[in-house]
Amino acid sequence: MATALTRKDFISDQEVRWCPGCGDYAILAQVQKTMPEFGIEPHKVVFISGIGCSSRFPYYMNTYGFHTIHGRAPALATGLKVTRPDLDVWVVTGDGDGLSIGGNHLIHVLRRNVDLKILLFNNKIYGLTKGQYSPTSEVGKVTKSTPAGSVDFPFNPITVALGTHASFVARSIDVEQKHLGETLKRAHDHRGASFLEILQNCNIFNDDAFKDVSDKAIKADHQLILEHGKPLIFGKNRDKGIKMNVMRPEVVTLGQNGVTENDLVVHDETNLSLAFMLGNFEPPMPTPIGVFYAVSRPTYDGAINKQLDDAKTKQGEGDLKKLLLKGDTWSVN
Amino acid sequence: MAVPPEAAGQAADSHGQAGSIRAQKPHLKRDRVVIRFAGDSGDGMQLTGMQFTAESALAGNDIATLPDFPAEIRAPAGTLAGVSGFQLNFSSSEIFTAGDEPNVLVAMNPAALQANLEDVPPNGVIIVDREAFTDANVKRAGYATNPLNDQSLDKFQVIQIDVTRLTTLALHGLGLNNRGVFRCRNMFVLGMLSWLYQRPTQSTVQYLEGRFKKTPEVLEANLKAFKAGYNYGETTEMFASSYEVPAAKIKPGLYRNITGNIATALGFVAAAVKSGRPLFLGSYPITPASDVLHELAVLKNFPVYTFQAEDEIAGVSSAIGASFGGAIAITTTSGPGMNLKAEAIGLAVKVELPLVITDIQRAGPSTGMPTKPEQADLLMAMYGRHGESPIPIIAASTPADCFECAYEAVRLAIKYMTPVILLTDGQLATGAEPWLLPDVDKLPPIKVEFRTDPTNFLPYSREEGTLARPWAIPGTPGLEHRLGGITGENLTGNISYSPANHELMIRIRARKVAGITQEIAPTEIFGDADGGDLVVLGWGSTFGPIREAVKQAREKGRKVSHIHLRYLNPLPKDLADQLRKFKQVMVAEMNMGQLVKIIRADYLINAFGFNKIQGRPFKVSELVTRINRALEG
Repeated sequence: MATALTRKDFISDQEVRWCPGCGDYAILAQVQKTMPEFGIEPHKVVFISGIGCSSRFPYYMNTYGFHTIHGRAPALATGLKVTRPDLDVWVVTGDGDGLSIGGNHLIHVLRRNVDLKILLFNNKIYGLTKGQYSPTSEVGKVTKSTPAGSVDFPFNPITVALGTHASFVARSIDVEQKHLGETLKRAHDHRGASFLEILQNCNIFNDDAFKDVSDKAIKADHQLILEHGKPLIFGKNRDKGIKMNVMRPEVVTLGQNGVTENDLVVHDETNLSLAFMLGNFEPPMPTPIGVFYAVSRPTYDGAINKQLDDAKTKQGEGDLKKLLLKGDTWSVN
Repeated sequence: MAVPPEAAGQAADSHGQAGSIRAQKPHLKRDRVVIRFAGDSGDGMQLTGMQFTAESALAGNDIATLPDFPAEIRAPAGTLAGVSGFQLNFSSSEIFTAGDEPNVLVAMNPAALQANLEDVPPNGVIIVDREAFTDANVKRAGYATNPLNDQSLDKFQVIQIDVTRLTTLALHGLGLNNRGVFRCRNMFVLGMLSWLYQRPTQSTVQYLEGRFKKTPEVLEANLKAFKAGYNYGETTEMFASSYEVPAAKIKPGLYRNITGNIATALGFVAAAVKSGRPLFLGSYPITPASDVLHELAVLKNFPVYTFQAEDEIAGVSSAIGASFGGAIAITTTSGPGMNLKAEAIGLAVKVELPLVITDIQRAGPSTGMPTKPEQADLLMAMYGRHGESPIPIIAASTPADCFECAYEAVRLAIKYMTPVILLTDGQLATGAEPWLLPDVDKLPPIKVEFRTDPTNFLPYSREEGTLARPWAIPGTPGLEHRLGGITGENLTGNISYSPANHELMIRIRARKVAGITQEIAPTEIFGDADGGDLVVLGWGSTFGPIREAVKQAREKGRKVSHIHLRYLNPLPKDLADQLRKFKQVMVAEMNMGQLVKIIRADYLINAFGFNKIQGRPFKVSELVTRINRALEG
């Protein structure tokens, strides 16, 4: 394409049909805004989704798209990416689609490190089926299917991903447009399976589930923005930090009890143990956002295609006639 | 069977003259012989059977085999659960089955004897390893007393050979431990039988040389045991004569021996090569389908992608993804896996992407008997998805036919842009027969034409004649579009809840699948083309026993015919008219009556079923009896 790509090139002609006020609008807008920066033409991009509110996403992107069946998007995307490594393949999923019915596919695609960009919209609720608890809903959650409160212990998407040794694990928030855009770029630039959890508000069935990290008035005291090589500092006045107390992290205030920046934990994206520790942060600890973990390791699609190339180099192009003649043959006259 | 049981030592039709120059014993002619090798799972009976098969193929016989092995890889030694068998029918005339009953049973231990004895006809030959009949083994097999020492085997011709001792003697000085020697026993037996039936031995020697290239000491041991067995047959007093089963008159050409699973794999590769696209298999290991995965995994240079998925659902889903991207996409499984794949197959129906789903049927329900064949997945293939989701169904009838059927399944999937189900079963999968190698250049063309022109592109526009929609793959400029499982508007595919449109789309897809009748050749009737008293209708692996039974009944003057279906959905256009030519229609199936339901429902023909659900193929004799009963009313 001669002219530079713009946001418009990625907007489809389909009417967007999420509920008014849904966090998905903000995510869609940010993805459409960020896509041109990758310099990849829309026809080389594929969005694949499962079932759920988030999975309507592909219809609204003017790229190739596939709205598949519940939970199976990672498997479908694997088949596509392996045979078509030239394509830029994205998976859009949710906490129900990706962690409940599709949990198996998600963990396997992450451990295999298929070069896919996986966006998991986490709203901690089933929206499309009208408000049942999800595998990320907190214990005690009262919903239509749990009138006495949920007794399920929830998944933490970040530590699930880290448990598979996913090579890129990050988190952002629907309304944090700048941070989301930057994290999308990081996810895209990574070679291998990128897992990005996006905290997303469902204003109909689970409003304000992430209020502490998205409400402008209070979020600074609850968000911990992860930056590689920088000390873990947060708070409205940038005066709080994370310090190790022997083996346990704790929140400290800079300047109190002689604590200085030098005492704080410095984020290292290549440290899996640190990533796990941060992934497990729950209130009253701040909620980390940004890149927890990013390392380089061989991609599944790359390794498979290398095996095919090596086989061709070693054995030459497959010869059907020779193949059929393999084994004992005999002539009948 | 028309042929009387063969028996070593029975010299009724002796031709008397000496055989090879080496063998100074009489050399008797036989038309056909059925041998069953049986032993512990670890005794190498499958290998022995396959090598004897290869030797018989080289001898020019027509052959058919039926392996019969337990699902347990290594059940406790000496137990009934651990008995593994391999039956081979080799003949000087055309044969269609591995034989109803063995003329010769080789039993490597008491359990193998116990598990197979009921199939051996009176006066049949039983060859046993005497030393394996220890008190412990006899007890473990459920015998109260040693059957070699009581009168229970009196009606058979029992040949007792000290296989273990003879193998040990033959391998003396090679420095092998007991276990190593024990593992060569099967080669001793193979050698002995190779002499007994005057088989050419070079294929076995070559096979061993290839297999044990890296372990010369093991190679030497196996070769020695094999030759010792051969020489033992020749020199011992145990066998009064050897036998010759002359070459069969079969169609000239180049042959190889092939199992159904290998033929299936090769059919897919051939289709991919012909289409000029890579092959992608998404699959999860399951008995008896895994061999297709193994076979394809080594063909990377064709190119073939094999993806061992995390589960059955991911197997089919990954294949759908690969198909979206323009690969020849297939998935292979067996019954339980079909259940799991149903939802994804429905998606492929809705988005109209080419995909071949192979169900290598096994006995169910649930885990059932994984290594045993059944034909009880037909109605699942037809109707086993929610909503109206018609899919073309093809069934292979012999091991070699799996090649053509796999190829045809891909051809139809691409031509009509639809998932296609290929049905085989455990018997076809592991059974073998000689395969007349096809001329690669004469295989029907498979044309892949991706849509490239963005002008007036509509994802669900249709080609006249086939009603196929365009295959528009990602990466093509100007064709960006979204597929999905939600009902889509005609032509555009955009989400639509219009009632009339929903029905329209269902009817279009149904018409497309029904239109495949134009691909089907007129129905062939084996027997009376203008009709007769009875026609036996079959599909799948029952071909052999039905054909043989009908042939035998016809030789007795019965007006009975055979129609065997490859296309089960849609059924051939002329099928109803052909069936109506017959006074009676009998549908023989290894299920409770599935095709017969379709025939009765679709055609209002008063067909009746003949059914067997034992995880075993029909015996020819069972079919003949049923045919006679029907004709005698």
